[in-house]
Amino acid sequence: MARVIYVASLNGYRPLGGKLVPRLAESLPAQLEQLSVNFDLAAYYSPQRGQYNATLILAHLLRHLPEADAKIIGLTNVDLFIPVLTFVFGQAQLNGPGAVVSTHRLRNEYYGLPSSASLLHDRTVKEIVHELGHTFGLVHCQDYSCVMHASTYVEEVDLKEARYCSDCSAQLRD
Amino acid sequence: MNKKRILIVDDEMSVRRSLEEWFLEDGFEVETAEDGEAALRMMHAAGPFDVFVIDIRMPGMDGIALQKRLHEVDKDANIIILTAFASVDTAVEALKLGAFDYITKPVDPDDLSHAVRNALRQRELSEENLRLRDKVTELSLSSPIIGESSKMRQIMETIDAVAETDATVVVRGESGTGKELIARAIHAQSPRRFFPIIAVNCGSIPDTLLESELFGHEKGAFTGAQYRRKGKLELANGGTLFLDEIGDIPAQMQIDLLRVLETRSFTRLGGNQEITSDFRLVCATNQDLEDLVKEGSLREDLYYRVNVFTIDVPPLRERPEDIPLLARFFVEKYARAMAKPLKEIAPEAEAVLLDYDWPGNVRELENAIERALVIGKHPDLQPADLPLRVEREAKKPGALALAAVEESHIRRVLRERGGNVTHAAKALGVDRGTLYNKMRRYGIERE
Repeated sequence: MARVIYVASLNGYRPLGGKLVPRLAESLPAQLEQLSVNFDLAAYYSPQRGQYNATLILAHLLRHLPEADAKIIGLTNVDLFIPVLTFVFGQAQLNGPGAVVSTHRLRNEYYGLPSSASLLHDRTVKEIVHELGHTFGLVHCQDYSCVMHASTYVEEVDLKEARYCSDCSAQLRD
Repeated sequence: MNKKRILIVDDEMSVRRSLEEWFLEDGFEVETAEDGEAALRMMHAAGPFDVFVIDIRMPGMDGIALQKRLHEVDKDANIIILTAFASVDTAVEALKLGAFDYITKPVDPDDLSHAVRNALRQRELSEENLRLRDKVTELSLSSPIIGESSKMRQIMETIDAVAETDATVVVRGESGTGKELIARAIHAQSPRRFFPIIAVNCGSIPDTLLESELFGHEKGAFTGAQYRRKGKLELANGGTLFLDEIGDIPAQMQIDLLRVLETRSFTRLGGNQEITSDFRLVCATNQDLEDLVKEGSLREDLYYRVNVFTIDVPPLRERPEDIPLLARFFVEKYARAMAKPLKEIAPEAEAVLLDYDWPGNVRELENAIERALVIGKHPDLQPADLPLRVEREAKKPGALALAAVEESHIRRVLRERGGNVTHAAKALGVDRGTLYNKMRRYGIERE
């Protein structure tokens, strides 16, 4: 995992502010660079669904990839979907250069619960590390504590840790 | 570990792509098709699939019609129907027709994961159920290898030594000596014991059916092939393939079998998908394979490929010391099965058993004991309880060559059974394949 990973704030959205890169560095032994990317998300809004198309946002984001052999992950707070699913926390290209993560459904308030900055930060870090894992070719892991474990509820995100299990780590090294 | 395979059928490209990416991230091997026709082509070219996710509304062949066509090819196909709220009634119809589940679009990610995992679990349970049923049948049919003679002790030591390896074994011996028991003992002691042992009697299956029996077939491969069927080669994956009467395999199939043994891959009849199967081969024969090679009826290359390790099972007449032991074992076995009190074998009866030549070997002895327990009225087993041929021939001096006695005996039994080979084989204590072989050898025609 020697390549540069660009962590891109979409339209100025910076979850965790300056703490994000150090938190990510604990799980991702790669060169992490922050980037600001601005484009009009309205073009990817679906009025019928009241959500934004993650696939199209990701395709646009890839135009901002600084180097061909780098990876980029876009961060946003809008509600994301892919055509067949009701929502996604994020989307990645398996073995590809790009991914996108939204914090919209990672917030406690979305579920009518009291706001919790620490939970939101933990969940955001886990989802970023998870989607980047897919870009490095990792698929979902059976180990419930591994960050690559599939999670379709925030409670499941909370159960896992922000690190790759030994099997997934070994695959990343290969 | 093999990845699970999924086929997504939907006319909307964005849906196909989304689902493809979703399942790829979930570790599946994914194929997609834009309509029913393409799905059927994909099924033939790249099948089998563990799960199908099918949109109910598609131009041309709709999801329900496709489901019917897939079930015609594979009646166990695992189908999940994708539907819009408006077509829930049709989705319910799909369930009645055998779909595993339906989910409405747009799909909650959790519902999608659950539906697919449940479908896979269902399939695994069905397959496990079949495996366990086979195992129960195998256990209920199996008998231990009985014998204290030096020859049998030597065989058991050989089984211990060879079982751990993956070497091909040829078990040679006359009919009824227990060659299949030896093969099962090798399997039971091998690292493959948690997978099935699949037995095929190459002598008892007509040539035309043997090919499909071994290689399996696709739907429509020949008249009457209504469903796709897995062959024994495929079923033996992970376990042991036991080919009984290997000398009876027809010439063309010997070439095909040799190719499978060299590459461990093959295609089903009427199919073009390469299937791999990892099995250990154990063969048995009551013929002299070297003679068959000299005659040209067994390919030399196949002979060398299978003849890695040989176990010779002696006929019962060459290990008479095992006869009382075996007889007592069968008395106990059938007394238990018939819920009758355990009997002793009278010394006179034991003498008869020891004097007889047992051309049908252990199988004939077992049949004789079973019969004796059915008809015997005495508290112990008497000579009169034994079949007449055993009692009579035990006392007769051997005036005729063994082959002549055998031929004459087969002719007589066939006559008595009106030429019915199945009944005659049962009376002779041999299987039909063996009787056919012997009839061929002695030029006895079926009436």
